[in-house]
Amino acid sequence: MNKSLIFLFITGVMRPGLALAQTDMDAIMMNKKQFCQGITYDYSSWNQYWEGTFKRDNANLGTVSTQMLMYMPNYGITNNLNVMASVPYVWTKASAGTLHGLKGFQDISIVAKWRAYKTSFGKNNLSFFAIGGLSTPLSDYVIDFLPMSIGLGSTNLTARGMVDYRRGRFTATGSAAYIWRSNVKLDKDSYYDTELHMTDEVQMPNAMQYQLRTGYRGKYLIAEALLTNFTTLGGYDITKNNGQLYPNLRMNATMVGTNVKYTLKSFTHLSFVGGCNFTVAGRNVGQSTAFNVAAFYVFYFGKKAKS
Amino acid sequence: MKKIFLLISLIISCTIILPFGCSKSIEGRTDNVSALSPASNDVNAGAWKPILLTGPAEFAVATPLATNTPDYIAQISEIKSFQANLRQEEKDIVKYWSAGAVFRWNEILRQLVAKHNLPPYQNAEGTYPVPNANNPLAYPQFPFANPPYAARAYAYVSAAQYDALVAAWYYKKLYNRPAPYAVDATLNVLIPKSDLPSYPSEDAVVEGVTTEMMKLLFPGDQDFIQLKAEEHKHARLISGANVRSDLDAGEALGKQVAQKFITRARGDRAGAAVGTQAIWSQMEQDCITRGETPWISQESPNRPPMLPLFGKVKTFLFDSLTMVTQIRPGPPPSTSSKQFQDETAEVKYYSEHPTRERMKAIDFWADGVATVTPPGHWNDIAAEDFLKQNFSEVRWARNLALLNLAMMDAAIACWDAKYAYFNPRPSQVDPSIKTLTGLPNFPSYVSGHSTFSAAAATILGHLLPSRANDYLSMAEEAKLSRLYGAIHYRSDIEVGFDCGKKVGNFAIQRATTDGAE
Repeated sequence: MNKSLIFLFITGVMRPGLALAQTDMDAIMMNKKQFCQGITYDYSSWNQYWEGTFKRDNANLGTVSTQMLMYMPNYGITNNLNVMASVPYVWTKASAGTLHGLKGFQDISIVAKWRAYKTSFGKNNLSFFAIGGLSTPLSDYVIDFLPMSIGLGSTNLTARGMVDYRRGRFTATGSAAYIWRSNVKLDKDSYYDTELHMTDEVQMPNAMQYQLRTGYRGKYLIAEALLTNFTTLGGYDITKNNGQLYPNLRMNATMVGTNVKYTLKSFTHLSFVGGCNFTVAGRNVGQSTAFNVAAFYVFYFGKKAKS
Repeated sequence: MKKIFLLISLIISCTIILPFGCSKSIEGRTDNVSALSPASNDVNAGAWKPILLTGPAEFAVATPLATNTPDYIAQISEIKSFQANLRQEEKDIVKYWSAGAVFRWNEILRQLVAKHNLPPYQNAEGTYPVPNANNPLAYPQFPFANPPYAARAYAYVSAAQYDALVAAWYYKKLYNRPAPYAVDATLNVLIPKSDLPSYPSEDAVVEGVTTEMMKLLFPGDQDFIQLKAEEHKHARLISGANVRSDLDAGEALGKQVAQKFITRARGDRAGAAVGTQAIWSQMEQDCITRGETPWISQESPNRPPMLPLFGKVKTFLFDSLTMVTQIRPGPPPSTSSKQFQDETAEVKYYSEHPTRERMKAIDFWADGVATVTPPGHWNDIAAEDFLKQNFSEVRWARNLALLNLAMMDAAIACWDAKYAYFNPRPSQVDPSIKTLTGLPNFPSYVSGHSTFSAAAATILGHLLPSRANDYLSMAEEAKLSRLYGAIHYRSDIEVGFDCGKKVGNFAIQRATTDGAE
């Protein structure tokens, strides 16, 4: 659910709020004692990437794809406080060249989402959210083999502030997150980025993530447009034709996308989500196009949800 | 509810406290090594056998000023005036350089190799540009410091340092001028004191010889190299280790010795190692004539093979006849043989069954693009062990020279075999084989990593016998990592290993007769 944390050079970059509802970047809340479970499948690929600011293709990689299957539980502790988690399994592949893809469980994420304040004036409704998240690798996956590695290996802490505006069925949500990323350890015991480091430890720059989303939010149908930006606070640029990449790259990306969620009228336990995202600008990332589909099932342990 | 709020406050406090509470700055293993304080000064090293010099006195070093002359006393005063107001950065460079001149310049060399170890990006029409030594800053920058280039660079720098220090030790003993702190007891000294005569300065000898060699090998980085050189000399002066005339004489001697090595380097045939289209086409044709499948570049667009004539470069430890008669391995299994099929199947098995443990070995020993290369990795391994031995500068240089001569000659022997046989990579003969590390763009037989590592482990085991078994097991792991990575057959790594051992034994032969043991 904490999709902002699941970004891969250059493979997946990141998936901004691909599955709508119950992520750390949207204003949708589970009511008290509602338990939602979802499975999402995500396919992301690129055949062009940015070495620093130089955009290129690479016939020795062809199209690099990342697929992800993710389990996402979410529980409403109160109407204003949700906890959610996600467990992704990721696999990568290059369509050309000789490089072997990798696969494995990536990073588990746990998020607490708190609607701190709600107010309305006339037909206008305004909510303020504070969201904290933690993600950490579930397995000792290889990070020395980018872009085929399934992740960057860092433990991340995310602090996000979010404002949601609603007027009738129209909504607009804006959020900004600060992501603290722990240092990571390579299999190598020395490496060169812009200088020679005689250690296996890589200092990870922190990052910011911003998102704007707006659209229609009905009882059964939600449709939104998304604008997402991920900016690394530091890091280094890939030098020309350098295939040896480390997780402390200055990875920046701006994406536009859309998401649709439909809840069955006849059986409101079940909803389906589909979406896509396209990278319009970037630095040290692949220009990825991502699609996702998801299914969610809600259990009502308390009284039935109002909306 | 209480538990939940506890959980929430925990997450929130984590996100606030952790980022500010713990520093992310990283420390390298050699950032804070203690100052070199040699267990022995090797006072007779002036009699050790040089590599290229005809003798230690081939280049003259003038008789030094006597320590009771006004000029000398003025030089001591110069140190004192610097010491009167030292800035923190100055203290830091004293500390940095006190770890050892040969050691620090070796690290700097590794950094330059890593920076320049980048294959050129293709031209629009699908060909590749070649770096030009006469225009080193134009893209693609000169050099492309690939493993053979790097092996040769490490060897020339180490060998030249060694010869220059043998000469320096000869003059130290001859003139026997004491260190400034032995002349003037009131002088502050920021480094460990030593009985070694300080004229000419061993540090300045290393600085002088190394900068000249580096300017040949990395001509685009002269500013950086010069900056380091000035810093090094300044560190020695303000630390009270040397007066200016120690440094000047040392630097001049170093630069003269370098010229001898530069002359050799210009004539060692490495400059022509890139070859021509006609030459590599001929190699391919010869392979077909022998009835074998020739190597084809798996890069897209096809990249010319890496330095096909590097096998013709002039060796240091043996002559070219010895190379062909004693060191060049026999042919690889025929590409149409059962053994070849079996070995290909073994590669495929490792490709399809990567374990985390094997991946660790693959990554650790990959030493591919933008790294210090396998010879650089072995320099690091050696240097970190040598630091614990408190060698004198001249012994540091001698031991690194033996290591690096062995690895340069191993590179030549390996490249000779690669292009004599022009054997295809596993992923060429079976495209379903995917590699777990970058696929090198040159023929398969024999494995470079195996040859380098066996040569390195052999000579290092001789130099530090207590570590011999560790070096051997490291070399074994390096060797196997190339099979695990699905880029080499079993024959490549086993035969390469044997070939490397043979080369390493030539280095041992030199070590036992150079007067240092």
